[in-house]
Amino acid sequence: MSDTDAPPLQPAGPPAKSDGDERLLHRSLARRLMGRPELGSVVGAAAVFVFFSIVAEPFLQASSLSTVLYASSTIGIMAVPVALLMIGGEFDLSAGVMVVSSALISSMFSYQLTANTWVGVGVSLLVTLAIGAFNGLLLTRTKLPSFIITLGTFFMLTGLNLGFTKLIDGTVSTKSIADMEGFDSARKVFASHLTLGSVDIQITILWWLALVAVATWILLRTRVGNWIFAVGGNADAARAVGVPVTKTKIGLYMGVAFAAWVSGQHLLFSYDAIQSGDGVGNEFLYIIAAAVGGCLMTGGFGSAIGAAVGAFIFGMASKGIVYAQWNPDWYKFFLGAMLLLATLLNAWVRKRAEEKA
Amino acid sequence: MARVRRRGRVVGAVLAAALGVALAGCSSTGGLRAEQERAAKSAGGKAAVNTPRWTFAMVTHSGDGDTFWDIVQNGAQQAAAKDNIKFLYGHDKEAQRQSELVQSYIDQKVDGLIVSLAKPNAMKDVIAKAEKAGIPVITVNSGAEASKAFGALSHIGQDETVAGEAVGEELNKRGRKKALCVLHEQGNVGHEQRCDGAEKTFKGDLQKLYVEGTNMPDVQSSIESKLQSDRGIDAVVTLGAPFADTAVKAKEQAGSKAEIDTFDLNAQVATGLKDGSLGFAVDQQPYLQGYEAVDLLWLYKYNSDVLGGGKPVLTGPQVITKKDAAALQEYTKRGTR
Repeated sequence: MSDTDAPPLQPAGPPAKSDGDERLLHRSLARRLMGRPELGSVVGAAAVFVFFSIVAEPFLQASSLSTVLYASSTIGIMAVPVALLMIGGEFDLSAGVMVVSSALISSMFSYQLTANTWVGVGVSLLVTLAIGAFNGLLLTRTKLPSFIITLGTFFMLTGLNLGFTKLIDGTVSTKSIADMEGFDSARKVFASHLTLGSVDIQITILWWLALVAVATWILLRTRVGNWIFAVGGNADAARAVGVPVTKTKIGLYMGVAFAAWVSGQHLLFSYDAIQSGDGVGNEFLYIIAAAVGGCLMTGGFGSAIGAAVGAFIFGMASKGIVYAQWNPDWYKFFLGAMLLLATLLNAWVRKRAEEKA
Repeated sequence: MARVRRRGRVVGAVLAAALGVALAGCSSTGGLRAEQERAAKSAGGKAAVNTPRWTFAMVTHSGDGDTFWDIVQNGAQQAAAKDNIKFLYGHDKEAQRQSELVQSYIDQKVDGLIVSLAKPNAMKDVIAKAEKAGIPVITVNSGAEASKAFGALSHIGQDETVAGEAVGEELNKRGRKKALCVLHEQGNVGHEQRCDGAEKTFKGDLQKLYVEGTNMPDVQSSIESKLQSDRGIDAVVTLGAPFADTAVKAKEQAGSKAEIDTFDLNAQVATGLKDGSLGFAVDQQPYLQGYEAVDLLWLYKYNSDVLGGGKPVLTGPQVITKKDAAALQEYTKRGTR
């Protein structure tokens, strides 16, 4: 992950030419690396990878790694916008159930109107984005903490998921839409897999990488990226220098909604029927991935790549425990301990970096 | 320094006191000692066959710390010990992660898979993958209708609708008029089928009540307020053994006359049936589900035997009333019923 981009909040200039003193350049590169938010998580990921390679024999098989990557991607797709939101200084506790809401809307809309499934997919995108905008608007209008706002949305969505599904379908899960027009093409986009040799690469992994790339570009190469860092660092100061704080925050929440839509469509098109009660609790996994990846809880610091590495650590740990044939009862303990260790490591690395800089 | 020493002394005194209480207050009944004596009486787990040491994995939709699935596991482990099987167990209540778990056991090339199909659609592809990899699959507990279509060898479990119908008939037999069906896991299709089945055969009026099963106080207060607001309810049916006891408490708090009945069994339910605080229980014999699943996989690997003739192998419903309770008390205590 030797990302040698200019640090944030500096105009993007051409890369330094390697003329003159090479040692100087080398040191500045090392120093720049030390200052990257994801460094700690990369070290952590390497440690977790080596650990499971040793204790779990099947872990290094190609097929196992693709399972690990898939598990990572299902968390990772959401962890990217959640990381951006955290850099912007806010939380979203409704992100987990929003994924299921998005899938339910898509499925039930297509089914009830007997429409092409792509119609449902489109409507679902609009509604999910509206939910995100609702979060952002409520936050910027009421000035309440995002923790409270999105906790409210979380409960409301949980109830709506179940209530609407029971009302419309009469049961707690949606009806199958696998025999409807457009299902197959939508499945190709959201839930197919490519076979490389004997290994399946799930398409969610590509979605994940694309989202990471886009988010990294926004953060490091655009004005909007500077705004995100600014509103997370100090919203009042940012407003004073002309950063559109309200727009930025609403945009960040809509970013989370967009990713929730992608994840939701993946659920729908890979499993066809959706359980209305799923998704609760996953929001914490996204936050864990972002925090392990070096996003600060207080905002203003972090990276999308870090969140991706955080999700990868989560994927390795959750599946590694199975490959190591450990008792899964201890899994959550392990996850919590890993979160603490990774965050401590991050803090330590950052402190070292600041001392050196 | 002095403060540290004083704190050390306080801690020491507390520990000594705790130890003293523990030693002085021995219980002559129950506890670990009774459990160990019971265990000594039952058979020790030694392999009774000389087949190779195969590895079977079970993946269920259980949440964390679920009593029912604990008994299923006990049955599976007992059979695994007899059949010289290395038994692995994984669970996740979220459909997507459950299918990922199955995938990771396929990656490990286990010799047999046991899967619960609470969310059949989510498991379809991964079970097809297992079969492609030549791993025999047996489905347990839920998903009887999907099992055969997915190409599983057999399905072992209870037909939830049939079990619900048995409850409805039993309620009729007991002359009940207005029943409450308490669903403790929103989004569980099997639970819906149980209540719907009961509604079908029950001649009176049946209402559904959704509660948060992971939060017992909430379960109790929900049932309580329902019983307070509707005095006509004369039967409460819970869908899991741990909730029967809670429903009894709620009924007492609400001052209601309703009879509490339940699906599934545990030590408290057996005691409750015996002392009359519970009406009846409908058991699906979870121990049998785990035990048979492992044993049938072993039979398939050893002798290509398949049980059920393409139909689900039913482990329930078994209606249990006061007269059966005494025998079952002992079995529930050791975690096999």
